Amino acid sequence: MSRIQGGLIDRSRKLSFTFNGKPYQGCAGDTLASALLANGVQLIGRSFKYHRPRGVFSAGSEEPNALVELSGGARQEPNTRATGIELYDGLQANSQNHIGSLSHDLLALNDLFSPFFAAGFYYKTFMWPRAFWEKLYEPAIRRAAGLGALSMLPDPDSYDRGYLHPDLLVIGGGAAGLMAALTAGRAGAQVVLADEDFMLGGRLLAEDTAIADLPGAAWAKEVTTELQSLPNVRLMTRTTVFGAYDHGIYGAVERVSDHIADPGASVRQTLWRITAKRTILATGATERHIPFENNDRPGIMLSGAMRAYANRWAVTPQAKAGDPIAIFTNNDDGHRTALALAAKGVALHGVIDTRAGAKSLGDYETFAGATITGSKGRKGLKSIRIAQAGRSEWIDCGALGVAGGWNPNVHLASHHRGRPVWDADKLTFVPDADSLPGLHIAGAAAGQGTTAEALADGARAAMAALSEIGLSAAPADIPRAGEEPTGIEAFWHVPGKGRAWVDFQNDVTVKDIKLAHQENMRPVEHLKRWTTLGMATDQGKTANVTALAVMAELTGKTIPETGTTIFRPPYTPVSLGVLGGGDSGANFRPHRLTPTHAWAESQGAVFVEVGQWMRAQWFPQPDEIHWRESVDREAKAVRDAVGVCDVTTLGKIDVQGPDAAEFLNRIYANMMGTVKPGKVRYGLMLREDGHAYDDGTCACLAEGHYVVTTTTANAGLVYQRMEFARQCLWPDLDVTLISTTDAWAQLAVAGPKSRELLSRIVDDFDMSNDAFPFMSCSELTVCGGLRARLFRISFSGELAYEIAVPARYGNALMERLIEVGQDLGVTPYGTEALGVLRIEKGHAAGNELNGQTTANMLGMQRMVSLKKDSIGAVMSRREGLIGDKRRLVGFVPVDATQPVVAGSHLITQGDPVDMEHDQGWITSACYSPHLGSAIGLGYLENGDQRFDEEVIAANPLEGVSVRLRVVSPHFIDPEGERLRD
Amino acid sequence: MGFSGFRVIKEALTGHKGWGTLWRNPEPQAEYDIVIVGGGGHGLATAYYLASVYKQSRIAVLEKGWLGSGNIGRNTTIIRSNYLLPGNQPFYEFSMKLWENQEQDLNFNSMVSQRSILNLFHSDGQRDAYRRRGNAMHLSGADGQLLSQDDLRQMVPFLNFDNARFPIKGALMQKRAGTARHDGVAWGYARGADQRGVDLIQNCEVTGFRIENGTIRGVETSRGYIGAKKVGVAVAGSSSRVMAMAGMRLPIESHVLQAFVSEGLKPTIPGVITFGAGHFYVSQSDKGGLVFGGDIDGYNSYAQRGNLPVVEDVIEGGMALMPMIGRARLLRSWGGIMDMSMDGSPIIDKTHIDGLYFNGGWCYGGFKATPASGYAFAHLLATDTPHNTATAFRFDRFSRGHVIDEKGVGAQPNLH
Amino acid sequence: MLIPHPLLGLRDAQEFTYLGDANMMARPDPTGPDAEAAFCDYVFLRDNPAGVHRELWFHEQGDRSWLVVTRNTVTHEILSAELATDVARKDA
Repeated sequence: MSRIQGGLIDRSRKLSFTFNGKPYQGCAGDTLASALLANGVQLIGRSFKYHRPRGVFSAGSEEPNALVELSGGARQEPNTRATGIELYDGLQANSQNHIGSLSHDLLALNDLFSPFFAAGFYYKTFMWPRAFWEKLYEPAIRRAAGLGALSMLPDPDSYDRGYLHPDLLVIGGGAAGLMAALTAGRAGAQVVLADEDFMLGGRLLAEDTAIADLPGAAWAKEVTTELQSLPNVRLMTRTTVFGAYDHGIYGAVERVSDHIADPGASVRQTLWRITAKRTILATGATERHIPFENNDRPGIMLSGAMRAYANRWAVTPQAKAGDPIAIFTNNDDGHRTALALAAKGVALHGVIDTRAGAKSLGDYETFAGATITGSKGRKGLKSIRIAQAGRSEWIDCGALGVAGGWNPNVHLASHHRGRPVWDADKLTFVPDADSLPGLHIAGAAAGQGTTAEALADGARAAMAALSEIGLSAAPADIPRAGEEPTGIEAFWHVPGKGRAWVDFQNDVTVKDIKLAHQENMRPVEHLKRWTTLGMATDQGKTANVTALAVMAELTGKTIPETGTTIFRPPYTPVSLGVLGGGDSGANFRPHRLTPTHAWAESQGAVFVEVGQWMRAQWFPQPDEIHWRESVDREAKAVRDAVGVCDVTTLGKIDVQGPDAAEFLNRIYANMMGTVKPGKVRYGLMLREDGHAYDDGTCACLAEGHYVVTTTTANAGLVYQRMEFARQCLWPDLDVTLISTTDAWAQLAVAGPKSRELLSRIVDDFDMSNDAFPFMSCSELTVCGGLRARLFRISFSGELAYEIAVPARYGNALMERLIEVGQDLGVTPYGTEALGVLRIEKGHAAGNELNGQTTANMLGMQRMVSLKKDSIGAVMSRREGLIGDKRRLVGFVPVDATQPVVAGSHLITQGDPVDMEHDQGWITSACYSPHLGSAIGLGYLENGDQRFDEEVIAANPLEGVSVRLRVVSPHFIDPEGERLRD
Repeated sequence: MGFSGFRVIKEALTGHKGWGTLWRNPEPQAEYDIVIVGGGGHGLATAYYLASVYKQSRIAVLEKGWLGSGNIGRNTTIIRSNYLLPGNQPFYEFSMKLWENQEQDLNFNSMVSQRSILNLFHSDGQRDAYRRRGNAMHLSGADGQLLSQDDLRQMVPFLNFDNARFPIKGALMQKRAGTARHDGVAWGYARGADQRGVDLIQNCEVTGFRIENGTIRGVETSRGYIGAKKVGVAVAGSSSRVMAMAGMRLPIESHVLQAFVSEGLKPTIPGVITFGAGHFYVSQSDKGGLVFGGDIDGYNSYAQRGNLPVVEDVIEGGMALMPMIGRARLLRSWGGIMDMSMDGSPIIDKTHIDGLYFNGGWCYGGFKATPASGYAFAHLLATDTPHNTATAFRFDRFSRGHVIDEKGVGAQPNLH
Repeated sequence: MLIPHPLLGLRDAQEFTYLGDANMMARPDPTGPDAEAAFCDYVFLRDNPAGVHRELWFHEQGDRSWLVVTRNTVTHEILSAELATDVARKDA
């Protein structure tokens, strides 16, 4: 390991890691990139298209080249920027996107054939023969494309969500951000300071400039210490604010334990939703490079990155320590790298400066008015060609820093589609100050890039932000710091014949931009999409502005006329695991449990997901092998004796008030306001467009007090709609609504012995048919004083009741009913038997009420009252709805051994099976133990006039076709005598 | 000169000097027979089929921004013909057949890739609904298969079969479905139209219609007045704004739909997969990114950007469905403006103004419709009669009660 | 987004569900002439402006009030929020 002097690493804490299986050592405070450089490793990855050898290009999250795969079984993580990985003991990284070894990548052949792979080439070929695209060309392309690989195993880590509501969110902990946080923190404001790095200080950690006579990094440490002491300030390192959303909401991801060798049970990352009254964007700037021929070799990096590696990590990027380093620049900042290196005794070849009048700032050679026109060294830089005054010369060079000026990190400020503005002096895009409500931009992100400017601007932004929210802050003492002029002169790329890379990862060269221009792909979005410029994992952070400049040169327009690209979230890539917030697997949605769940579980019930509810599907007995045995037994028990089923999931809405009757008349298509206390009525609701919406019952418990039931699926929606009608349409009706679905446990007690069973638990209540006939309801007590509601309604067609008790007594009531009904053969039944019973009775449910049907189709056209208005009444009378001749009918197979399959389409016998002859479809089907054959319900054209006709149930999807006989949908007791008995 | 592998090789060997422009940058003429407003996928396809199939001439496409900057520039690239209702299914199947010949027809590789779609189901009710839909597909001549959970375990073993809140019970598969390279589709149609003499005019915003006595005369634009015998509007996302200039209110709301792409990955997902217990659909691009999306944000918007709750909701669905994507990273998200119609289905129809035609209301399914939409709109513009696969896409279906409501949620656009 | 609930202050929009244009409060007279045509417009047609839009939000995970929110559909800026009941009574 070779280090130069200084740095912010802890040389006493050695960390072991491997790269491509080879062991190395680094220090605490290293990134993977700095540790690899310290070990002389230059070649780290391969580019996307040409598989060119690549090394470290930057020292931050803008890295286009040094992408690695972190290994670890299911924790394998592809495409991870070595420049952002905090080194830990035991880290294992591998290079990616090559076939064979990293140094002998077979796909590097692509580079030899690169002339064939020019921008957009794939749109022009691979078209013949047609079938070859999916079979040959595309699979080959797909295998070669992509970068790293997933393990294909479920992500084993946990993730969390968090919410913060600070007065001020400061994004970026460099000079401007620290000063802003300090100013606001001292003023007592609630401050969150987030920075993607694991240390606060930003560029100060990478520079050797002084602040108030301290080294910049030491000043940052002092400020950090003070901020840590303030209870109103929350410092969040390793936290990337990735997106700016509406009304001051920012998305951020904190990498909680990615840097810990053994994180134990800790969450891996946390997704923060930060709702800030005001925000300061102090995200600094990213350096750009200057394309020249073969400028992509390992060992060529951004000049500012080279300075960061020297100052913060005490490394230089040559393969061999002592090889001379050169700098290529169009501004003074490149010289500052030379100064920093010289100060640490690094051998320098000099600074190649495109400016004719450039002068050295220290003791090194400057080539003024010079450019670099080529480089050599396939797997690591060996030499560069310097052109000056018409002459060119190859010189040996171990590493090259390139300084093309700095682009403010305007990304977040553009997330609301605000466009940055071109600053012709600074030769860069700066953010529009009003780009985003509540956002103040400070420091280098605002184009205020010198240390002194950044400090002052951070303090200013904090004062301005606080005053907008009525907080005052004392003006901070702004410490003395350096003014670093840049003296930049426009120089965007070195002209030449060879390939000069603009976008490294996606292999977009100046030539590709020229070809896009030649082919009229000139608008910036066409340029991007035709060449893939800026579409790699770095989103063109080091490429886009340079590419615009090249295009501007070709079109003769200015850069701002040529355009800007739109920045979209996220700022840097964010793991899908954390964006999912940890609610995966069985926790994807809440489990709603019915009141009798515990009892059902104790009985070994099989459960089924019904929306968010878990409902008992059937209750298998020990001797039952097939589910049908259980379901048939349960259904028969209801027909022959008595069954009990938890129907709590059906929606219940309490409607109270003097105008409740009038209100219900307007909600239901049928007349509902006339239902008398103690009575229940079936009701149909329409949508305002006239289609059938929901059905259920409405029970009048007392004058002005009703209980409306809805289907399980629509419980929330019907309530919402009723509130809409109450609040928005008819606010003058004196009526109040409350959803009581979860407040009452409701059990269906159905079967010829249901009266007998219930009479054993009611307290002094006359259950006789005369006293409590079909469609009655009453409040009463059961089991010795438990308040309850009893409804005599039937879904199965049998004598039946539904009994409701406060939800917490539901389980006990179920136990009691089963206990006291043993001699009656009481049988719990689940949703499957419930379905069988209702199909046998011809009751519509979700499959029939699917939102596409009308009252006519359901055979309920007469329920839509003409005597009153109601939601949907007017629209239900339109031609298309009235004219719909499909009707809900029943079906039995002509051959009783055949099944009826829901989803089959109905075709008149003898007609071709095609859409033109489609006569309807089977909505629901089951085996009816009562009839001893399969049965079904379905909609059929003129179905009500086709009883006894045989039709074809076509199921070409599964290659089956069955003859069915059309019958009444009421397979059981069509006269309805049983339920009135 | 045409595109071919031989040509690519020849140009590569001669420094790519021979490639001409993909299309011209013509100045607008004073008048055209047919002006198409909107240079997105549907507008460009319309122009192409008008010129190639219906042999019309003097055609211009007016585009406010750059060609292909409509929703064809920002979608999840899925093509399929797996609809339920008779008003839709034959149209989308016609579109699928056009996709299948698109590259050869256009001489442009739009990377139509028939890698299949799986619509997963998680309950018996969903299975029945998919069976009904799959049979409707067969009835209109499309392909479809019903797969069991065992089939899926073989085919896509990385799905969450064993620890799911809503277990995967099976899927409706359409093998001929897949994806296409969205920008390539726009460019292919643009180049094909340009080669047939259509003027593609970029940076030309329509600012008004000139209508005299109920008949269209032309359009006012940011580049001056342009006369037209017929004007076809295909500006999904901006339909209400543009048609308001002709005094029309539409059965459409504009909503934002976010879409997402991950960093590039080696082959991970074979075709298109849709989750049936949450709204999540995903495919993998040839470049390697997982391309996915979910629900619209749910409120009216022209902002082309969405908010965090839907981002979380979509990715939560993704993680629930395939927890192996947890280590992949979201690279980019974006928002497009959808014409959400009142029944979830599109409109291709004449208007009450003679010579003014409308194509819109594609909700978030417009990409797959691009070829058939262009074809049917061209048919309508050229013949004044609806194409036989698009007869149901009329304005008056709403008032008459013939909505094409695949989801059955009624006139609430954010539920479609 | 944050919605300034007139009673509860700023609330995250995630607590709400969205219905659409507040014109849906102006249900036509079902007994009027051309009631069917009026209802067709009411149910199906929208202004759908790019700009200021009055729209209905339901505080489903909150106090279950319907709000009329005035919001810019281009910037998402919220200009006001009122209880729909108040608006309905005022308009009645």
